[in-house]
Amino acid sequence: MASITAKLALAGAIVVVAGAAVAYGLTRPQPYPAEHWAGLAAPDLANGETLFWAGGCVSCHAQKDAKGEEQKVLSGGRALPTAFGTFHVPNISPDPKAGIGAWTLAEFGNAMTRGVGPEGEHLYPSFPYSSYARMTPKDVNDLFGYLKTLPASPNVASPHDLSFPFNLRVTLGGWKLLFFSAEPRVALNAPSEIVKRGQYLVEGPGHCGECHTPRNALGGLQTDQWLAGGPNPEGEGRIPDITPGSQTIGSWSEGDIANYLETGFTPDFDSAGGSMVEVQQNLSHLPKSDLAAIAAYLKAVPAR
Amino acid sequence: MNLKRVSTAVMALCLGAGMAFAAGEPQAERQALMKKIGGSMGELGAIAKGQKPYDAATVKTAVSTISASAKDFPNHFPAGSETGMDTAASPAIWQNMADFKAKAMKLSTDADTVLASMPTDQASVGQALQTLGADCGTCHQAYRLKR
Repeated sequence: MASITAKLALAGAIVVVAGAAVAYGLTRPQPYPAEHWAGLAAPDLANGETLFWAGGCVSCHAQKDAKGEEQKVLSGGRALPTAFGTFHVPNISPDPKAGIGAWTLAEFGNAMTRGVGPEGEHLYPSFPYSSYARMTPKDVNDLFGYLKTLPASPNVASPHDLSFPFNLRVTLGGWKLLFFSAEPRVALNAPSEIVKRGQYLVEGPGHCGECHTPRNALGGLQTDQWLAGGPNPEGEGRIPDITPGSQTIGSWSEGDIANYLETGFTPDFDSAGGSMVEVQQNLSHLPKSDLAAIAAYLKAVPAR
Repeated sequence: MNLKRVSTAVMALCLGAGMAFAAGEPQAERQALMKKIGGSMGELGAIAKGQKPYDAATVKTAVSTISASAKDFPNHFPAGSETGMDTAASPAIWQNMADFKAKAMKLSTDADTVLASMPTDQASVGQALQTLGADCGTCHQAYRLKR
């Protein structure tokens, strides 16, 4: 009898260990292998700057209300209150101690596209790597090169202040298993080159879907409602639908959308409001061809 | 009879007062002012885009309307008007009333500056529009719920 109990206990232990091993295998941080980031040419700084504005880095990583050249000091420190706790934005200036000056391209690239920090830890998806995941290694390299040209700041940002169990980074492996994807968000029928460029900008560096797509209770994007708008994750009000089915911008032409992104004016000369003001100001630095591409893509996605 | 007449008169008075009250709701007043500013921006925009020819009188009227409306605008946010009538006003207005007033006043004074050196062609109307439009964006960023 004792021997049967022991055997059962052993079998139980094996199942638990095997289960834990499988769970760990599925949810461990998964950076790209080193060769993914090897063999890239010297960074194209002009392209890096375009990606810097498309990605909206300043809106979180610069000081609040920074203007002009102050916007290029990515000292971090801003607090982002959320349902999970308060995130404190890190310093990504080239300071080797307080910032990312000592990071390698692979470390930067794995943070951007895999949500894995330099210690091999999971990063919180408040940093929109689940969008940046679509960025090409070349673009990541160009952006990294550009960020290194910006002023260094010695500011040391506070650690995140999150409630249990969100303060355990290991839980992020499960979140990634459920919601992380580098695949296209929508299947487009024979998209033109300009629509493809728009898809890259909107779904990748521009990370538009992070606010314009509604989320479920676990903070995952409801991708069947891609860009359909929803409650504002940062407070009062709603984020508008920006698909062709939108009641606000569905009637706008591609030219109207591109002009809005460039100037901040709607077709009837109303202005952008809320957090979109900063987004629009960032996007106004993009080449007009890129704004036209974003507009073309927004007209090509399914109406919601 | 007399009583009936009096009650009819009272009813009419109440009804009249009620209508005047509805039109005078602060939410409606401030929405009307924003519509006036938006319409004036549209007039300037049509010239800046070249959809309409430059016309000094149109520009002057539009910029004057913006100046006057922006000056009056913050007077229509009394306590109790935080919600209702589809208001897009952010609660932050009532927490930062002095800053809110300063931002509205900046649009008014920037419009006065434009009037002082009147735009003379399509290009300078475009520049004025950029200045005034930046004021719209700055205030809407902080104080309007609608994106």
